[in-house]
Amino acid sequence: MNILTYLIPISLLLGGAGLLGFIYTVRSNQYDDPEGDARRILNDEWDDKPKP
Amino acid sequence: MTAQLRPTAAACPACVAAPAQAVEPAPQEARIALSLPGIHCQACIANVERALNAVPGVDSARVNLTLKRAMVEAAPDMQAADLIPVLEAAGYEAHELDPGAISATQTDRAGRDLLMRLAVAGFASMNVMLLSVSVWSGASDATRDMFHWISAAIALPAIAFSAKPFFVNAWSALRVRRLNMDVPIVLAILLALATSLWETSLSGEHAYFDAALTLTFFLLAGRYLDHRTRAVARSAAEELAALEVHRAIRLTSKGEEQVPVAELVPGDLVLVRPGGRMPVDGEIIEGRSELDRSLLTGETLPVYAEPGFAVSAGEVNLTGPLTVRATAVGQETSLHRMADLVAIAESGRSRYTSLADSAAKLYAPGVHILSALSFLGWYIYSGDLRTALNIAAAVLIITCPCALGLAVPAVTTAASGRLFRKGMLIKHATALERLAEIDTVVFDKTGTLTAGTPQLVNLGDVPLRDAQIALALAQASSHPLSASISAAAKEAGIAPSNVTEIEEVPGFGTQGVYQGQQVRLGRAAWVAAEPGAQTAAWLAVGTETPRAFLFHDALRPGAAEAVTALQQAGKDVRLISGDTRPAVEALADRLGINTWQAEALPADKALRVRDLTDQGHKVLMVGDGLNDTAALAAAHVSISPASALDAARVASDIVLLGHDLSPLADACATAVKATRRIRENFRIATVYNVIAVPLAVAGFATPLIAALAMSASSITVSLNALRLR
Repeated sequence: MNILTYLIPISLLLGGAGLLGFIYTVRSNQYDDPEGDARRILNDEWDDKPKP
Repeated sequence: MTAQLRPTAAACPACVAAPAQAVEPAPQEARIALSLPGIHCQACIANVERALNAVPGVDSARVNLTLKRAMVEAAPDMQAADLIPVLEAAGYEAHELDPGAISATQTDRAGRDLLMRLAVAGFASMNVMLLSVSVWSGASDATRDMFHWISAAIALPAIAFSAKPFFVNAWSALRVRRLNMDVPIVLAILLALATSLWETSLSGEHAYFDAALTLTFFLLAGRYLDHRTRAVARSAAEELAALEVHRAIRLTSKGEEQVPVAELVPGDLVLVRPGGRMPVDGEIIEGRSELDRSLLTGETLPVYAEPGFAVSAGEVNLTGPLTVRATAVGQETSLHRMADLVAIAESGRSRYTSLADSAAKLYAPGVHILSALSFLGWYIYSGDLRTALNIAAAVLIITCPCALGLAVPAVTTAASGRLFRKGMLIKHATALERLAEIDTVVFDKTGTLTAGTPQLVNLGDVPLRDAQIALALAQASSHPLSASISAAAKEAGIAPSNVTEIEEVPGFGTQGVYQGQQVRLGRAAWVAAEPGAQTAAWLAVGTETPRAFLFHDALRPGAAEAVTALQQAGKDVRLISGDTRPAVEALADRLGINTWQAEALPADKALRVRDLTDQGHKVLMVGDGLNDTAALAAAHVSISPASALDAARVASDIVLLGHDLSPLADACATAVKATRRIRENFRIATVYNVIAVPLAVAGFATPLIAALAMSASSITVSLNALRLR
């Protein structure tokens, strides 16, 4: 059962990383235009070089 | 949104000596918001952004496809009017939005806040649930205690953060000595946490940390759905309001200047061009024209206006430019005074209690009494405070309105989404429930059942030569009757004849010269004809007898279907209009409406609606004009088309976004279905409680049973709601 000493902190850390990632996406306005973002990837305008 | 940080002068001693201009902020960038109703794909995004970015002076443009909007950062002197032609050239319809009226950021913050709390609750409940699973599957002694302590360490801060909205709501209700749905929720969460902590410290077997967290998670999900539905409706309603950018042309000694309507003061001279709407109440100083007052009074026929004539805000100037001296502006205009009528009428409506509220009223005390009784019963029976408290907590958790909290929002989200796709915007939270109850529908005529545009009816009886002359004259004018003649004639393939020296005489009509003879198209009195009962324009060629072009109101598309469908659904359909008797009677006959009333004043309309309400009818009012506003507010539920005046849209619960009226009947059916689903959901939640509560009271409820009952009922309720889509 000693393995729990490692496993529980690891699972909490991984979950916490996911939570922090989600909070980052909310804070950086990534849910403002879900439809537009889904479509923008189909656009080939900036395929060769990144948008300046 | 972007705050600019700049060092103050005092922060750097050398700057104090620097010239003052250097510290002054750079000129504020102009932010222009455009509504783009026509965009739908990735190519549209790219085209619009490319077209806007190519305009000199535009710093950046970004399209939001979800909201069908473009936000442009541009040089300070840039106006939306400069960008709209650019987009139109690229093939996209664009309208200016008033950036001040779109307060998207504020509503957004509340939604983001809820989403964050939902995420924390979800994360914590999943982790605690995993620990609980190992407890349920047989962890014992020190291992179990350790799992409980870890759960407590996760649950306490997570609940303190994510259940804050419930704590705040419950506290504000308790402070005024009332109960709402949040009081039992908060009590359940707190009691569960307290007993679980106590149990854990005594190395007990049962801890409800997982239940408290799952409860918070499901309830927050309901709250978030609710918020989303309302935020979508609110932002669409805001967009409608933002489309009306209120500007006026003020005449000063220096010439014309464009100013926001809010800056006008009584005594200002305002120029109103043909097609423009009166921004103020006032008196005409110069110019002759005709005014369309249909939105204010319901009259279809334009009235003649000349110097000395009083005008009210909201009337539309049709033919000639008018100079108006403002007598009342802003809140004092007749348009705004109508708001008082609305306020009086609305006080009646606030008495409606929603299904959720009436359920909560039954539910909250019941739960508390049940839990208190089981606590007392067990305490007297066993004499053990710990057992009794444990059982009281179990009862509270199991009866907690998890499914009830989801029952209403899940259904209204699904139903509003369905109606939104059909072009209806549900503005008010309880509008659907109220719409389901109606048995009487009252329609306004002008602008609601009719499109407000006249339609030429006797083109076939007019000789070709006259039709050709009329077309030539009509093309030169923007008057609605002229526009209707030219549209009808062009559709019939008639070519305009060669009329020279065409000029529009504002307020009277258009005249010209045809083969040496004077020709006139206009009012009956102007061409020396006898006016008849029907709306008509008259054509006089030389000294011949004037010929009449007769019109009737064009029906709004879907009006006939909507009326028939409502009548078939067993609703009593009525027509109340401010227009003249013959016009109203003709329309009622055409649509098969038996009960109608003409020449109704705004107060008459509201009174009629209130009468019907007093007789026990639930009235749906459909109207668009200012004269309908009070009636809209007095009705049980109200709908207005998007073309309605701002005041009418504000007073109504539902806004019809498209031009078509036919979704009306379907909306009533959807509302009935939605209410049935809500009731079904309540019943499902009750059934779960009826099964689980005896177990809890008898002391058999383990955390496992609590978790199962809670999740199962929440999921069934959500799935049942989704059937509506």
